[in-house]
Amino acid sequence: MTDTPAVRIRGLRKTYGDTVAVAGLDLDVADGEVVALLGPNGAGKTTTIEILEGHRDRDAGEVSVLGHDPARTDLDWRAQIGIVTQDGGDLLELTVREAVGHFAHYYPRHRDPDQAIDLVGLTEKATERVRTLSGGQRRRLDVAIGVVGRPRLLFLDEPTTGFDPQARRQFWALIRRLADEGCTILLSTHYLEEAEALADRVAVIMGGRIVADATPATLGGRATARTVVRWADGRQETDDPAGLIATLTRRYGGTVPGLTVSRPSLEDIYLDLIGDAS
Amino acid sequence: MSATVLRGAPRRPSAARLGLHRATIELKSFFRERDAVVFTFAMPAVILALLGSIFDGVYPGSDVTSAQYLAPSMIAAGVASTTFINLGTSIAADRDDGTLRRLRGAPMPPSAYFIGKILMALVVTVGETVVLLGIAVVAFDLSLPTDPARWLTFGWVFLLGATACALTGIAASSLARSARSAGAVMNLPYLVLAFISGVFYTPVGQLPEPLVTIGSLFPLKWMAQGFRSVFLPDSILPQEVVPSWEHGRIALVLAAWCIGGMVLCLTTFRWRGRRGR
Repeated sequence: MTDTPAVRIRGLRKTYGDTVAVAGLDLDVADGEVVALLGPNGAGKTTTIEILEGHRDRDAGEVSVLGHDPARTDLDWRAQIGIVTQDGGDLLELTVREAVGHFAHYYPRHRDPDQAIDLVGLTEKATERVRTLSGGQRRRLDVAIGVVGRPRLLFLDEPTTGFDPQARRQFWALIRRLADEGCTILLSTHYLEEAEALADRVAVIMGGRIVADATPATLGGRATARTVVRWADGRQETDDPAGLIATLTRRYGGTVPGLTVSRPSLEDIYLDLIGDAS
Repeated sequence: MSATVLRGAPRRPSAARLGLHRATIELKSFFRERDAVVFTFAMPAVILALLGSIFDGVYPGSDVTSAQYLAPSMIAAGVASTTFINLGTSIAADRDDGTLRRLRGAPMPPSAYFIGKILMALVVTVGETVVLLGIAVVAFDLSLPTDPARWLTFGWVFLLGATACALTGIAASSLARSARSAGAVMNLPYLVLAFISGVFYTPVGQLPEPLVTIGSLFPLKWMAQGFRSVFLPDSILPQEVVPSWEHGRIALVLAAWCIGGMVLCLTTFRWRGRRGR
């Protein structure tokens, strides 16, 4: 174990022609941490992740991934990285087991391919052609290939786009299992509930910059925000919701009609954040 | 006793071993994908069977039939198909569908990819050649030479011709904007060349001179001529462009295309598609 973070980004910039995709982005990901890069489409999530993967050149800034500059890396560095991209249309004629088994060969300390397939829940499909998989199964195959080499750091770029709610829950369970194994994970998503469910830390990216970086519970001052108490005849913001409810209970002489108590949701905070930035 | 030094990490497998793994994956994918098999593998065989049945007659001054004259030329066209078209379209597809991107994300030495592609093309090309020879022998009574010198000629023409076409195909894969356009981009020059190299239009000596001149700039004409020198008697030479097999010139042109193709590959090969800048 070292004190060097798994990922360290300072002042990252990338432009395409006149379009600024990443505009001075700073981010750290500690060893073993699960960080969600949350932002709307076009915020710069994919560009940032591709630069970290060494798949894209940057214009400016310092980037270190597992202690190396991803623009100048070797195969030993690659062997410690797992990548799950957005849109793979390859491997169609192979079976799931052939595809995962093939990629296992590249890694010196790889998992048993069948174990990787089991991990993502594709055991029943192991002998089926990749062509026959559904979208969700296909992404799980991508994850199996991404983790078959036992990466220290896994990049997932919008892994659940297009999933139905049930498939998304299954996928989250898979990511949690990988995190429990000690894998550092940086995932991008535009689903709030995904960031909240999976991440130790959420970095909100907007216009190529990080506009907030905190745990899901404290993002945007969520933990300290005043609580809103609503009931049939009124609404009040308070720092002492228990006291207010006690008062209301006395006033109504029992059950308070239509009582709800809420903190601002992550969605409220997020919409505030991206609303401010844009 | 000296302490045993343990390496901290198991070693990554060699490029050669990974290249072999790639070749098996490539071959499985190739033969399972019907489009690829039909376009690059079956087409030359079908053309040989069709044209061989349609063409009629024996060349004057020899006992060579039109079909027998066509067969060695079609073997050359078959080699070009399973190398030039096969590699050009399959690499364009790899660039388009994320194969190259995924491989670049894995700890794969780049050479393993090319070893896999070339071994795949070699196996498919040998298979294609055997099929075409089989059709020629069974259906058109082509007799296989017994003189080892002729098989030696076959060997070097095959090796140089296949290498030249393979390298040109790898380089040409960058011309296609997408996997979908690659078939057209690769097949058009191939079909034109097959005509002006005297493969579909026989005998080559009857082609208009300007076309022969253009055809002579490319490797297919020379590979076809080399294969004819292996399987046909010298009595057919009057039907050639010049009444000689020109082995020296064949070797020279094919070797030049090997070198030029290699230079093109090294200077133009793109791992990333057009959007990945």
